[in-house]
Amino acid sequence: MVNKKDYTNGLPDPSSLKDEILKKYPRKIAKKREKSMVINDPDQDQEILANVRTIPGIITQRGCTYAGCKGVVLGPTRDIINLVHGPIGCSFYAWLTRRNQTRVPEGGDNFITYCFSTDMQDENIVFGGEAKLKEAIREAYEMFKPKSIGIFSTCPVGLIGDDVHSVSREMKAELGINIFGFSCEGYRGVSQSAGHHIANNGVFKHVIGNTDRERTGKFQVNLLGEYNIGGDAFEIEALFEEAGITLLSTFSGNSTIESMEYAHTADLNMVMCHRSINYIAEMMEEKYGIPWVKVNFIGADSTAKSLKKIADYFGDPELTAKVDEICGREMAKVKVIADVVKPSVEGKLAMMFVGGSRAHHYQDLFAELNIRVVSAGYEFAHRDDYEGRKVISSIKIDADTRNIEDLVVSKDEAHFREDLVEKKETLKKSGYNFSDYAGMMPEMKKNALVIDDINHWETEKLIEFYKPDVFCAGIKEKYVVQKLGIPLKQLHSYDYGGPYAAFGGAINFYKEMQRMLATNIWKLVDTPWKHEPEIVGSMTIEA
Amino acid sequence: MTVLTQILKNMLEHAPIIKSTKEFTATRNACKLCAPLGASIAFKGIRGCVPIIHGGQGCATYIRRYLISHYKEPVDIASSNFSEEATIFGGGANCYTALDNVISQYKLEVVAMATTCLSETIGDDVNFYMQNYRKDTELKNLPHFVTASTPSYQGSHMDGFHEAVASTIKTFAQAGEKGRHINLFPGFVSTEDIRQLKQLLSDFELDYVLFPDYSETLDNPIWGTYKRIPEGGTPISQIETCGSAGASIEFGTILNQGSLSGRVKSKNLSPTGAAFLEKEFGVENHRMPLPIGVKLTDVFFNTLEKVSGKEIPAKYKGERGRLIDSYADGHKYIFGKKAVVYGEEDFVVAMTTFLDEIGIDVVLAATGGESGKLEEEIRKYCPERWENIQAKNSFDYEKIHDWCLSNKPDLFIGNSKAYYIARELEVPIIRCGFPIHDRLGGQRIKHVGYTGTQELFDKIVNALIEFKQDHSPVGYKYM
Repeated sequence: MVNKKDYTNGLPDPSSLKDEILKKYPRKIAKKREKSMVINDPDQDQEILANVRTIPGIITQRGCTYAGCKGVVLGPTRDIINLVHGPIGCSFYAWLTRRNQTRVPEGGDNFITYCFSTDMQDENIVFGGEAKLKEAIREAYEMFKPKSIGIFSTCPVGLIGDDVHSVSREMKAELGINIFGFSCEGYRGVSQSAGHHIANNGVFKHVIGNTDRERTGKFQVNLLGEYNIGGDAFEIEALFEEAGITLLSTFSGNSTIESMEYAHTADLNMVMCHRSINYIAEMMEEKYGIPWVKVNFIGADSTAKSLKKIADYFGDPELTAKVDEICGREMAKVKVIADVVKPSVEGKLAMMFVGGSRAHHYQDLFAELNIRVVSAGYEFAHRDDYEGRKVISSIKIDADTRNIEDLVVSKDEAHFREDLVEKKETLKKSGYNFSDYAGMMPEMKKNALVIDDINHWETEKLIEFYKPDVFCAGIKEKYVVQKLGIPLKQLHSYDYGGPYAAFGGAINFYKEMQRMLATNIWKLVDTPWKHEPEIVGSMTIEA
Repeated sequence: MTVLTQILKNMLEHAPIIKSTKEFTATRNACKLCAPLGASIAFKGIRGCVPIIHGGQGCATYIRRYLISHYKEPVDIASSNFSEEATIFGGGANCYTALDNVISQYKLEVVAMATTCLSETIGDDVNFYMQNYRKDTELKNLPHFVTASTPSYQGSHMDGFHEAVASTIKTFAQAGEKGRHINLFPGFVSTEDIRQLKQLLSDFELDYVLFPDYSETLDNPIWGTYKRIPEGGTPISQIETCGSAGASIEFGTILNQGSLSGRVKSKNLSPTGAAFLEKEFGVENHRMPLPIGVKLTDVFFNTLEKVSGKEIPAKYKGERGRLIDSYADGHKYIFGKKAVVYGEEDFVVAMTTFLDEIGIDVVLAATGGESGKLEEEIRKYCPERWENIQAKNSFDYEKIHDWCLSNKPDLFIGNSKAYYIARELEVPIIRCGFPIHDRLGGQRIKHVGYTGTQELFDKIVNALIEFKQDHSPVGYKYM
C-alpha cells in the first residue's frame, strides 16, 4: 500500500492500480476502459477516450440528453416557461434540483420555481400528444403572459412522432410570443453533453440577435457557461459592476431570455464551462465577429487572472487600474483566511470526478490550499476538455455526435463587428490567447490518474489505493464514498453551501475544507476492534 | 310564484357556493413522481436485489438522485443505457449486456427489472428478454428474475410501487400447506416505520413475511468495509411462503387504482400482491388504511389480535394510553386549526383520519394520484366531517397554492415539496412522508402505530406552539 506521506516528492506511479482495475474486465471492455484511464504526463501529448457510450449495467454518474438541455442550460433562466412535454417524472426531477439561484428585479418574471409538464397519459402516447401540448402552451400563456416558452421533448415524444418544432411554430404565430422546441429526448446522446449542444443550437437559432440594444456601457461582455449554483454568479457580477464592466447576459446563471436576445451586442464573450457552451461562443464569433476567451472564476488566483485578462482585452488604463485595485484588495482578504486554514489542510489528498469543467476548475482552489489532486476526471466531457482544443480536428465523429444538428452559421452583415476582428488580430500578435482552452491534463501533475466516466468499481479501487482525504463528486456518489469513511464534497450542488466562485467564494471554500478535513467524525467510523478497512468482493464485466 | 320555483329558489340560495376551478392541462409542480421510481423502492426491499431500469440512463440517474437525496444512502440502480439505435432495433442487446454486467458485478440473489416510458413505447417485452437470457447465457448460478411494467404514463410512483410488489408476489409465491405465519404488506412507509412494524409483529410472537422490507437496504449503518449489496431485505425464500400464510394484512385502500386512469389498451387492474394471494391461494386479506392515529392503529391491533389469537401486549396498551393522555394535554393548542394534507393517496387518507381524530380541521386533502377514490375513502374514515374536507385527486402543488391563497390554512402536513407555499403563507409545515429533501433524517421519520402517531402529534402541537410563541409580542416561555 502506498503511503500518502511520500507524495511530497511527486505522485506515485499508479500503473499497478490501473492494471488491477483492468484485470477484472473482460478483454473487450478492458481495451476500452484502458483508453479512458490515463497516467498523466504534462510534457507529453496523451490521448484519452471520452464521450463514448457507457456500458449497460455499469452504474454511471451520467445523466441524459434532456437533463443537459432543460436541467442545465435553460433551467436557470427565469423569464422563460420551460414546458416539459412528456410523462411526469422527467419534469419533476429537473425541478430546481441544481440549486440555481436568480435575482428577480421588482415586478420581474421568475418561472424557475415551477416545473411545467404535459404529464402525458396512456391516451397521449397512443393517439399523440400534440393537442395536449398546444393546450398546455395556451394555458401557460394565459396564466403568466411570458415572453417566451421553451418546449422540451422527453423519450416517448420522439418515438411517437410528436413534432414539437411545428407545434412551436404554430403556437408562436397564434400567441405572438417567442416559442421554440428542443428535440432533447433522453436517448439522443452519450450523456447530458448532447443536451448542452442541442440547447446551444436552439438558443442560438431562436433567441440570440432578436433585439438590438443601444450600448449601455463602455465594456460590454457576456459570460458563458456559468450557472449560478449556490449564488456563484452574484459574486462574479459584483466584481464586474465594481470594475465598470457591463455584463449583458450570462448563459445562463441569473439570466433572462430578454438579455440573451441582445447578447450579440457584446464586445467579448467569456467562456467558463467550456464543455456546455463553447458552441454558442464559436457560432457568435462566426456570425457577429465577437471573439471569445476562456476564463475561470473558481479560485482566487484564477479570478484575478481572469479579471486581468478582460482588462487587457479592452486595454483601457482606467479599467486596468480599477481591476488591479480590486484584485489587490480582495487577494489580501483571501490571504488572511488562507493563512488560517492552510496549516490544517496542507498536504492532504483530493480527487474529483464531476462535470465537464468543474473537475478542472476546482483544482485551482485546492492548489491554493496546497491540497494535492491525485486523480480527476469528467462525467460527460469530450477529448478537448482533457487535452485542449488543439485536438478537436482529430476527434472522430461517431453516430452519436452525428445525431446532433451542426448549425451552418453565416456572417450577419448588419451586425458583424469588423472592429473586433481587427482588435483580435492585433492582440493575438502581442501573444494574447483567444478561442483557446488548454484542457485539464496539461495542468495536472505528473502521474496523476485521469479517468473519464468513472464507475463504482473504479471508485472503490481508487479510494483503496490513494486513501484520499476528500472526494469531490455529486449526490449519487456521496454516500457510497462516505460509507468508505471518506468525506465527499458535492461540486454539483455544493452540499447546500456556496457560493464558491470569485474571491468571496474562495474564502467560503477554504472554510468548508477546514470543516470537512479537520472534523473528528471520521475517526469514529472505525470500530475500536477493527482497523484498516479493506474492500472485499470481485467483479467481472461483459461487453 | 309557484311552490316549485319557491323551492328551487330556496335551494339555490342555500346551496354551497362551488367555486369553479378551471381544469388545467399542464401539471404545474407535480405532487407525484414516476412509476419506475416507486418500483425501484419496492425492489430495494428484496434481499440481495439490484434493480435495473430498462430505458435511457437518465431514468436511473434521476431516480437514484432523488432516492439518494431522501434516504442519504448509496442506492445502486443499473440501467440498460438505451441509445438511439436501441429505440429503433429494440432494447434486447442492451438488456442482455446489462444483465451480464449486473450479475457478474454483484453477488446478487435477485435481478429486478422495471420498464420505462421509453421501452414500453417501443413495445419491448422484458419478460421475453429474461426468458431468452436464461436460455442462452453462459453464466452459472443465475439469480432470480422479476420484472415490473412501469411506464410513467400509466399511474404515479405509487402505482409503480404496487406493481413491483404484486409482480414479485406473483413470480415467487408458492402454494403449500397452510402455515401459522402471516404476510404484512405495509405499502410505502418509512424505514423507521418498517422497523417499528417488525418489532410489533415480533411482540405478538407472530412469524411473518414483511414485504417490501427496505428498512436496512435504504437506511444502512456506517460500514467498516464497503458492501456492494447492502444487508437486509425480504429474502425470496420468505416470499415463496406467502402463498401458504394464514392471513395477509395490507395497508392502503386505494393502492394501485390510480394506474387505471387514462389507460387505453387495457382497462384491467392487476391485483395487488395480497389480493393475488387471496384469489390464488386463499390467503385471507385484511385490507386497512395505514395505521396512523388511534382509530386506525386500533383497527390494525384488533386484526393482529385476531390473526395471532393473542391479546395486545401490555407495552402497546401503555403506548396507546400515553398517546391519548397527550391528546388530552395538547388538543387545546390544535383544536380547530386548519390543515392542508398532501402526498400519496393512502398516506393522505390515513393522515386526514388522524388529524380529524385530534380535532384539526383538514380543509384540503390533496394528492397527485389519479384513482378518483380519495373523497370516497375519506368519507369512509371521517364520517362526521368529510363534507368539510376538500378531497382532491389529480392535484399539483400549484393547485394547492392557488387554493390556499383564498383559504389560508394554519399548517401544512406532508413532504418537503410544499415548503415554498408554506413559506409564502408564513405558516408551519410538518414534514413527513416522501420525499424530504431539505432535512436530515427524512427517511426515518416515524408515522405508524401508537408511537409513530405520538411523534407526529408532538411535532404538530409543538410546531403550532412555536409559531404562536415566535409571533407573540410577549415571547412567553411557559405553556
